Amino acid sequence: MDALMETLMGNVDWLEIGWASWDTLVMVGMSLLFSVLIGLPIGVLLFLFGKRQLLEQPVAYAVLSFVVNVLRSVPFIILLIVMIPFTVLLIGTSLGVAGAIPPLVAGGAPFFARLVETSLREVDRGIIEATQAMGANVRQIILGALLPEALPGIIAGITVTAITLVSYAAMSGVIGGGGLGDLAIRFGYQRFQTDVMVITVALLVIFVQVLQMVGDRLVLYFSRK
Amino acid sequence: MIVFDQVQKSYQVAGRAIPALHPTSMTIETGEVFGIVGHSGAGKSTLVRLINLLEPATGGRILIDDEDITRYSAAELRAFRRKVGMIFQHFNLLSSKTVADNVAFPMKLAGIYSKAEIRGRVEELLARVSLSEHANKYPSQLSGGQKQRVGIARALACRPTILLCDEATSALDPQTTQSVLKLLGDINKELGLTIVLITHEMDVVRRVCDRVAVMDAGRVVEMGPVSDVFLHPRHPTTRDFVFESENIDRNDLQEDLQKAEGRILRLTFKGESTYKPLLGSVARESGVDFSILSGRIDHIKDTPYGQLTLSLVGGDLDVAMQALEAADVHVEVVR
Repeated sequence: MDALMETLMGNVDWLEIGWASWDTLVMVGMSLLFSVLIGLPIGVLLFLFGKRQLLEQPVAYAVLSFVVNVLRSVPFIILLIVMIPFTVLLIGTSLGVAGAIPPLVAGGAPFFARLVETSLREVDRGIIEATQAMGANVRQIILGALLPEALPGIIAGITVTAITLVSYAAMSGVIGGGGLGDLAIRFGYQRFQTDVMVITVALLVIFVQVLQMVGDRLVLYFSRK
Repeated sequence: MIVFDQVQKSYQVAGRAIPALHPTSMTIETGEVFGIVGHSGAGKSTLVRLINLLEPATGGRILIDDEDITRYSAAELRAFRRKVGMIFQHFNLLSSKTVADNVAFPMKLAGIYSKAEIRGRVEELLARVSLSEHANKYPSQLSGGQKQRVGIARALACRPTILLCDEATSALDPQTTQSVLKLLGDINKELGLTIVLITHEMDVVRRVCDRVAVMDAGRVVEMGPVSDVFLHPRHPTTRDFVFESENIDRNDLQEDLQKAEGRILRLTFKGESTYKPLLGSVARESGVDFSILSGRIDHIKDTPYGQLTLSLVGGDLDVAMQALEAADVHVEVVR
């Protein structure tokens, strides 16, 4: 049995895999947190400034929308490289777990903002009208009606963003980002250690599956339908 | 009292002003149930939304209890809206909140009620609309009629003086419509609330309204007490609505009339005379034979009424008509 494991997975250092998994968790967790913190208000503003919405502002909408589109249209692998000077300025290094987080947020936040905008647009206009008719101001409409009503959509958006960030985090291994992606590139790709590659990919698959499952459960719980 | 003084509303579409409501003046009295009937696109939805300025007016003055609400600041307008409840065709309940939280929502937004006050008021309102046992359910677990009752409880939460109903029964089946209309009528009587109700069904107007305005293409074309407008419609649009509500096909009616012999009269009676055995005695006195071509006995709100179309043959027609008019029957000679 041991001999079989040795031939099949001779290159696998389980401690290293464990640390890399933890690093991926930290990168995804931290970048998801900041993506949501930054993306949610941007998404709400995009919605409010949109055509025939509460605070219709064509110019502000165009500017915000343009910035979001630019960040979203740069392929993530390029964004990783373009962001390096900015990342160094922000946290002193562009390497490792910490160095990967700013580009991950730059990729995740605008993505999430669009998902928030879409789920807010899906809230029935009648709900906004009814809340206005009760004498609510814009802040009350957003916090009291729009966000609670859009919550299932927003949670689904967080799930999609988290999964996107898992793949982005793996990609950051290319520029020395750390985590499972880094392991896969350094050992699986550059040293032809197929067993390491298989294990890292399997772990990433499991990670994504768990995220999707938890997300779906939460959406179902908050849907109240 | 709600007073419209030359109020108008137009929308800017591709640089042109499209009128939704032509300059309109009218008065809705405190405590009455006022119906606005019209086809979709006639402007009734716009009219009702002008009363709480969900649609800003583009001209004229809207006076509510002698205050011009078109001059209100944003904060004043929000405070005013708390005194105007509104219910909707599709209920517009928050699916993320329970029944009790939906009813509590306007009170929470107002920010002037204590938690205990809100809890007490919600209990009282849910009991009023017979939904106490559903307090902790979510709207998706309720039937249409129950949802609308939650809507009514929510609209009453801040003790409004005006209740606006936007096609409130249009998404409900006939039986549920009846119970919701009865609830609205009861609320109007108990609380002395002014109700403004828009609908495309004349039947809804007939059941609960005191007065009605008929709208067509952005204008009020006819207005008055429901019995007058309903029994003696003048404008073609009003006639269409009345015929529609009575399920009368105009072509069929014309055919029937052509086949009938003699004079054709339409008799309208209201109130107590509805139940009097009038036709038999009139026929005996005047020697006129009659046959009934169409007829209906029903209620306008609480007043019974009847409307019969008769063909009369032989005898003394003048005596018959005099006897009918003497008995407080409105006689219209159709042919």
